[in-house]
Amino acid sequence: MKFLTTNFVKCPIKGCQSSLDAFPLKYEECQLAQEEQEYNPEFLCHMLERLDWNAILKVAHDLGNDSLPPTKPEDLDPIMEDDQAILKDLHTLLLETQVVDGKMVCKNCQHIYYIKNSIPNFLLPPHLC
Amino acid sequence: MSVPSLTISKGLDPKSQEEDFVHNVYNEIAPHFSQTRYKPWPIVEKFLKSREDYSVGIDVGCGNGKYLGINDKLFMIGTDRSDGLISCAQELSKNSYNVGVADGLNLPHPNDSLDFAISIAVIHHFATEERRIEAISHVLSKLKIGGEFLIYCWALEQENSRRGYKEGDEQDILIPWVLAKKQEKKPKQPKRKRRGENTNNNEQVELEESTPEVAEVEVVAKEQLEEEAKQSQTKYRYYHLYKKGELIENALKTNHCTIVEDGYEKDNWWVIVKKI
Repeated sequence: MKFLTTNFVKCPIKGCQSSLDAFPLKYEECQLAQEEQEYNPEFLCHMLERLDWNAILKVAHDLGNDSLPPTKPEDLDPIMEDDQAILKDLHTLLLETQVVDGKMVCKNCQHIYYIKNSIPNFLLPPHLC
Repeated sequence: MSVPSLTISKGLDPKSQEEDFVHNVYNEIAPHFSQTRYKPWPIVEKFLKSREDYSVGIDVGCGNGKYLGINDKLFMIGTDRSDGLISCAQELSKNSYNVGVADGLNLPHPNDSLDFAISIAVIHHFATEERRIEAISHVLSKLKIGGEFLIYCWALEQENSRRGYKEGDEQDILIPWVLAKKQEKKPKQPKRKRRGENTNNNEQVELEESTPEVAEVEVVAKEQLEEEAKQSQTKYRYYHLYKKGELIENALKTNHCTIVEDGYEKDNWWVIVKKI
């Protein structure tokens, strides 16, 4: 599961839909791996525009990374050298960092979802669906 | 003739029906099923290629993920109820697709957040009309206003196909999938081979490229079904075959969409709806 995906998933339980605590999930006991992906600065710039940066910061913190800028980098230009360095870093973080194993905990209902072999599993036990 | 389809008993508990005749079966047939699913259907490909660049969408019931790599300017997340099929998607894409295991009625995405969705040959597996409508409604709840959703469901009207279902036939049926048991193959015994006739295992046009061993399974007489099912591992999947107009009707009953376009392709009804 790529880091980027964490910005688009949350607890599927109906009662957690409107809770502000339910997003992002809290990532615990995670094993990470770096897997090379094609570098596409245009794609990154556009994705960046729509990312919830606070959620990115929270998940990065869960995964032991507190080095991100507190505000979202904006108006990055893939041609500018300084911006290129930022984009490369974001590429490494968002697209090449895989959560291979770990837990995702809903901060609203405390339900735990597991990631195994890089695949997150959001199935609910019968009494919750 | 091929292994016949069966009608399903009425009044089964919808959730256990889906577990027995959809979830468990897909996990059992996943690797084999996945081999027969790699050709994108033209309407789906067109839909994905016409999305705005860099939009974000979901494929609900993505199976082996064959639609997740169609347009590399999109960010797509595919989910499926079958962990077996999701493992296939992960292997096929060398872990580059974004996939997860999830139930179509409990999707793990924030509401009102996505640009588009597709659900190809999935909604027809839900056991009741109420649940099929709920499934459409639930996907719509994840889209932004104006977001489009392409749905495909198997059609009742397919007289030109091998199965020949037609108007007036039973709509709730069990479709056989025959898994060849490799260890029981007897290559020296020249049984009636049915290569090229694409006998038994599935409904889609992709079957033409299916594995040859599948086509070597013996034809099963109806009265011997149970016994033969054990030997050749026939698995039955539940389908609700959609009749003309029914898919649009289901979509409109959600009260959350308008119809953008609809049609019939390769024994399936399809519709593109827009969230309102």
